[in-house]
Formats: sequence, C-alpha cells, structure tokens
Amino acid sequence: MEENKNKTEELEETNLSVEDTEEPLDKTVRLMSPTRMVVRRFFRSKLSIVGLIMVVGLFLFSFLGPVVYNQWGEIEVDKSGKYELSGSTVTYTVNGNEYTIRQTTEKSIDDNSLAPPSADHILGTDKQGYDVFVRLMYGGRISLIVSFIAVFLITILGVVMGGLAGYFGGVIDTVIMRICDVLMCLPGIPILLIISTILDSSGIPGQYRIYLLMIYLTFISWPGTARLVRGQILSLREQEYMVAAEAMGYSASRKIFKHLVPNVMPQLIVQMSLSLGSMILYEATLSYLNLGVKAPYAAWGTMINIISQDTDILENYLNVWVPAGVCIVIAVLGFNFIGDGLRDALDPKARR
Amino acid sequence: MADERINEAFDPDAILEVRNIRKCFPIKKTFTGKVTQELVAVDNVSFKLYPGETLGIVGESGCGKTTLGRTILKLHPATSGQIIFEGQDITNLKSSEMREIRKKMQIIFQDPYSSLPPRLTVGGILSEPVKVHKIVPDNLTKQYVLDLMEKCGLRDYYYERYPHEFSGGQRQRICIARALSVKPKLVICDEPVSALDVSIQAQIINLLKQMQKDLNLTYVFISHDLSVVKFISDKIGVMYLGSMVEFGSKTDIFDNPLHPYTKALFSAIPQPDPDVKMERIVLKGDIPSPANPPKGCRFHTRCPHAMDICKEVPPEYKDYGNGHCAACHLLD
Repeated sequence: MEENKNKTEELEETNLSVEDTEEPLDKTVRLMSPTRMVVRRFFRSKLSIVGLIMVVGLFLFSFLGPVVYNQWGEIEVDKSGKYELSGSTVTYTVNGNEYTIRQTTEKSIDDNSLAPPSADHILGTDKQGYDVFVRLMYGGRISLIVSFIAVFLITILGVVMGGLAGYFGGVIDTVIMRICDVLMCLPGIPILLIISTILDSSGIPGQYRIYLLMIYLTFISWPGTARLVRGQILSLREQEYMVAAEAMGYSASRKIFKHLVPNVMPQLIVQMSLSLGSMILYEATLSYLNLGVKAPYAAWGTMINIISQDTDILENYLNVWVPAGVCIVIAVLGFNFIGDGLRDALDPKARR
Repeated sequence: MADERINEAFDPDAILEVRNIRKCFPIKKTFTGKVTQELVAVDNVSFKLYPGETLGIVGESGCGKTTLGRTILKLHPATSGQIIFEGQDITNLKSSEMREIRKKMQIIFQDPYSSLPPRLTVGGILSEPVKVHKIVPDNLTKQYVLDLMEKCGLRDYYYERYPHEFSGGQRQRICIARALSVKPKLVICDEPVSALDVSIQAQIINLLKQMQKDLNLTYVFISHDLSVVKFISDKIGVMYLGSMVEFGSKTDIFDNPLHPYTKALFSAIPQPDPDVKMERIVLKGDIPSPANPPKGCRFHTRCPHAMDICKEVPPEYKDYGNGHCAACHLLD
C-alpha cells in the first residue's frame, strides 16, 4: 500500500512537470482539410483530369455551343437546295462499231439533305436536311440534363430511404429493403416499352416524354443507392462518435443528416458519377429504341437510330451517325474516369 | 430484495443512485423473436453517488464496466432496476424526455480517435451541442467555445482544424471539452486515459481533476488502471463478471480489501520499488464466459478460498460498516 501512495505522488509530480510538453502543431504548419486533400489527390491522377476535360468539354459544347454557333437551329432545314445528278451509260455494238450512249438526268430538290461536311455544315446534314453538328449540341443538352436530373433524384431518394433503413433498422429497414428487392426484380426495358406505348396514346408532346421516362428510371434505380447508403450507415452508426451524438441528445434527423450522411458522401459521390455515365447510356438506348425523344427533336440515340432505317447512310454517310456515337462514348468514358478518380482520391488508405 | 428497494424513498442529496440495475443482451432468439439465451452484462449493481464525488469502477476486461456506464446514461435501456438522477427516476423516460436530461450527464470515451466525427472541425464539434441545447445565446457561442477550449488546454487556432490533425492527447482534450460544453453535472469517463501514453495520461487526469474542482462535477471513472483510479477516486467499486463484488470509500478499499478478488487485483499492481517483495496472488484459470456464468458465487471458479457453499449459493451483497459493501461468504 505504501508503494501505491508513492506512485500516486509520483503521478502528481509528473503532472506538474509535463503539463505543457505536448507541443501542439505549429501555427504555420497546417494540415489540409479532408476535402482539399481529396481534390489534390484527384488532380494528381492523369486519367481523372482527362475525364474532367471530356465532361467539361461536352458541357461547353452542348450548352454554350448553340449560342456561339447559331447559323442553324435544331429543327431548321437547310432549304438552299441542290442539284442531284444521276446518269446511266449504255453501250451498243453495231457492225463492229461501238456506240456509247450516256444519259444524264439533273434533278433539283429543295432540301439540302445528306450534304457532305463543308464550311456551311461542319458535319454535313442528315436525311431531312438538319445540320448534324448543331443537332449534336442539342442532343447533348437532352442527354446531360436528363441524366443529371435522374441521378439527382435517384440520389435523394436513395439517401433518404437508405438513411431511414440503416438508422432505424427493425421493421422500417425490413419494409424498405423488401421494396428495394421487388423493384430490383422488375425488368426495366419491357415495362418501359409499355409505359412508352401509354404515353404515345395519351398524346404527350415528344420533348417532354423523356422526362417522364426519367422519373420512371429514377423509380426503378434508387434501390442501388439506397442499399449503398444503408450499408455504410449500418457500419457508421456503431462508431463511437455516433454514441457521443446520442449521449448529446441530438435529434434523429440531426444524427442522420449531419453526422451520418456527410460520412457516406465519398461513396455517394463515386456512385453518382458512375451512374451519370450509365444514365447517359440508358437515355441513348431509349432514344435509339424510339422510346425517348421523338423526331424531329434531337438526341444522340435518335441520331444513331437513322442507320437502322437506311443502310445507305450506314455505309456511305458516316458523318451523319458516327459523331453521335463518339459523343456517347466520350460522355460515358468521361464520367467513368471521374468516378474512378474520385474513388481513388477518396480512399482514406491512399497516401497523401 | 429488489421489490423492497424500489419503494424506498430517493435520497435527495444523491446526484446519482443506481438500484439493482441489470442489463442483458440477447444471444439466441427463436424465429418468433423470443429470447432463449442471454448474456447478463451487468447484474444487480447498486450504488449511490453524491455531488462532487468521483466513483472509480475497476475490473478486468469484459466485466461489464463499460456497459454499466452506458446503461446509466441510457445509451442502452436497462433490463431491470432503477436509475435515479437528481431525484428523478429516469429509467423509463422516453427518448424525447431524455434529451433534456442528456445535457446534465455526459460521457468521455476510451478511444479518442473514433469518438470524434471526422468531417467536422473542432469548432464545429464543440459548438454543435452548445447550439442544440441553447447553452448560451447564438451570438456568444464562438466566444464560449473558445473560452472552453482554453480551459481544456486547446489553442484558439485549433478552432478551424480537423480531428485528424491532432495527437491522441489533444483529441482527448477535445472530447473532454465536448462533454463539458453543455455544462453537465455528471460525467462518465469510460477509460479516458487507457489509449494514451503515460505522460499524456497524467495531463488528462490532471485536467479532469481541475475541471472537477472548477465546475463541481461528479465523475464515474471507469478504468482498469488501479493507480489512476486511486489517484482520482473518492469511492471505488470493483466489478467481476457483471456484478459489483466490493464497493466502498477509497481508503477502505485500498487499506482493507474484503473480497478475495479485490485482494488479488491489488496484488497485481506493479511496484516501482524493486526492493519491495510483491506477494502476488495469482488467480488460476480465465474469466468465465458471461454468457454462461458459474452457479453460486461467480468468482468461485478462480477464488483461492472457495468453499462448498460458494458453488451453490450466491453470496449476499452486504454493508460491512461505513458503506463498505462486499459480496462474499468468507465474511459471514
């Protein structure tokens, strides 16, 4: 017992002497905030910079493009007209002499359709005489707007549902997760075909249909995000800082949205950027299947769809459909590169 | 015995009174949700604590110290028993009613790394509770937090920094500042120094003592380090396998330990003087699983003085004078 007292006294003495030896970080040495560190790591990867350039380029092209390059409208037909020459050659042999008859027909048409790339039309015109380059820009607007809206809605719905399921658990969790299971069983495209038919018969204007279809896409796609959020929250809610938040008497909404969701953000941002790519693909698929944007309005998918109707264009007029395909590839690749870059940048185990 | 005590009047002077508290966790459930096997983490623990006192709770790993602390704060609901805080029975309060009481009782955790939210700055962490509980008017919050930080030994320019920029000791200071930000009366310190190295331990303990003096705090100090407990506590409770085996004032417990487990525990304190011969009481075997505790006295499997009665009858927890309680057949 005597020795214990000694130790206690010793402890007391040490206290006084070491009170301030724990020298804090120097005022000037400032470690970066988590967000700045992520940004720095993100820009360290060349691939993510390439992705960012691709996506930003597409944005400028789609949204600023039509403002700068405004010779042609989205559904403005080039009426400048052109002459179309068609000819045939027939060769006869009469008495050993060879006669060649060449017949030429000159036809004048109003629409400057299927024009080759020129100064007037950078990428030429399509079958209807619309400017391909301009339609590419308007098609990009549709694709980007629609995929951003869809991803935004998916994320909100996913975070709310996944947050509730993960935080409260029990019956709420079971109900929400079973709803997710059911929604994940639904075959997306067949139901979409049915909805599209209903929309056709109800006479909703072509340019709005795609938004309605996107709401449907949101409805069947949120379970993925909800599961991700729920899984993260299940592990985060056992962290001691959540016990501390409970001990502080914070309300449930404060705990979910101030303490849990910000810590799910890294995974969520990655998921969002990756699903932006897949939404662009989805939109292109829908338009290609004639379920999305209807003619005469432009979308990348509809522009490619032309080749399924006219094999002549598929073989001879690459300028009409290849650019739209390239745009889709650039958009999807760009978003995926950004997603991968963010995933690496947000990985806490990565080096600074 | 439990029924008798429930009707007893609350002690108006005690800040915290715990009566026959029990906490079980289900291990196995049938398909219908009926619990078939459970783990008794805290079993019939009772004590009283007066304002300004420090209760040290000691015991080996897994004996239910942390669960006891968290059950007092109602972070887990108690299975049975009563928790009386400032003369009010808080055992069955709803979580909305509990929210008001939360600011009067706080907790400091063992691990200063996982107990701070990683995406908030120190300023954010400390001002959030102040704002939520409206401790001071909103326009004075920042000044209040800066004053608090200064009291806890944190520089004012830490306000904008993130927890990952700090060392363990500084993080623990932040945790202490957070707990004290709502002006609590009772603070449960759940092994606050065991994750820190010895020199920092001393600083943190000193800070806790200073704060207790300044703010008249009551502590429940959970630790397995007996020298730390001896330094800070007024009363000590010794726990073994979920139950309190001995409870009393510091001098009583250290000078006159009654229970054989307490004696064995104290004999394990390392002595700094090499000339002093240690009479180490080595307990045989391991601590039994709390899911399947031994019958009779829970300590009988390892007790050097175990008798036949110990294997059958659980000893009664009795007062042996001056509030020095113990549960052992040897004392009868």
